[in-house]
Amino acid sequence: MQVVMNMILDTSHMTNLATIIDKELLDAGADHVLIVDVTGNLIMERGSLHMEDISSLAVLSAANFAATAEIAKLIGEDDFTLLFHKGDRRSIHFSRFGKEYIIITLFDDNVSLGLIRIKSGKAIQELSSILYGNEGRQRWPL
Amino acid sequence: MAFIDLSRNEIQAKLVYYGTGRGGKTTNLLYIHESMSKQVCGKMVTIDTKGDRTLFFDFLPLSVGKIMDLSIRIQVYTVPGQVMYNTTRKLVLRGVDGVAFVADSLRVQRQRNIESLQNLAENLQGEGLNIKEIPLVLQYNKRDLTESNIPLLSVEEMEEDLNKELRVPYFEASAVKGYGVYETLREISKRTIKNVIQKVGGQLER
Repeated sequence: MQVVMNMILDTSHMTNLATIIDKELLDAGADHVLIVDVTGNLIMERGSLHMEDISSLAVLSAANFAATAEIAKLIGEDDFTLLFHKGDRRSIHFSRFGKEYIIITLFDDNVSLGLIRIKSGKAIQELSSILYGNEGRQRWPL
Repeated sequence: MAFIDLSRNEIQAKLVYYGTGRGGKTTNLLYIHESMSKQVCGKMVTIDTKGDRTLFFDFLPLSVGKIMDLSIRIQVYTVPGQVMYNTTRKLVLRGVDGVAFVADSLRVQRQRNIESLQNLAENLQGEGLNIKEIPLVLQYNKRDLTESNIPLLSVEEMEEDLNKELRVPYFEASAVKGYGVYETLREISKRTIKNVIQKVGGQLER
């Protein structure tokens, strides 16, 4: 059993998260990036897309992870840490970090999946130190 | 789990509508969604099967004003009520901050209401939560059928079955007609936000 705790982030945390997302993913060509927790809370979003249903995207992404974790158990895995959905024009990449957070990257067909995977990995290492405290970076993969 | 973003002065909390299958949880959300201003209420997401049964959950985001200069955003979920979907119910309960239990007033559902409330207690325990401590309200739904020939449980019977030990607020309601829906939402929102503020209050000092 894992008890989910309340979380408070102040302005400096949010600014640091935004800087990492901008540097690693948006500058690499991603359209939009969200950080959500596994219960569906939207922690932050950055990017150029205007989406009115951003809460729905956060919630459904968390649910998507939860549902695929059940599939993972059927094949002897605890869960899957990475999901990818390919669309005609836009694709979406999900990567869980730690036990509690998911980074969601939306990108179009001008950007390669490989680049997004590499950049997500880098972003996660830096984000972990903020969301899991100073020791987060050393604890990666969590 | 509540999430507090101090850069935007915002609290996000999670409410779950729980109860037996076909008890009216989704109808509660639909009524709220259809009757609330779109400035307050976001788009409702529902993942259902071909019929009218909820497969995964329904979701409705609400912005319900301010407290202590913090904007309150409430994410309202329903669970699938059917017994077989317990894994899904556990997933939806993850990180819950408050629960509205929707009990079906139909007499034939008496045992199912009791079992569903027990199932809620067990699943909350799995999350490290105690049904006697978490913000909770009961809604006795389908009271509009009182005037029909369909056998209904009396409010006293429902109180005896479900609320004897919990002693939480209850509301008579008809989600189809809309009465009791807002009363339920208002009370559980109030209790949930109060609870979250109490829990994190000390940490909010800047």
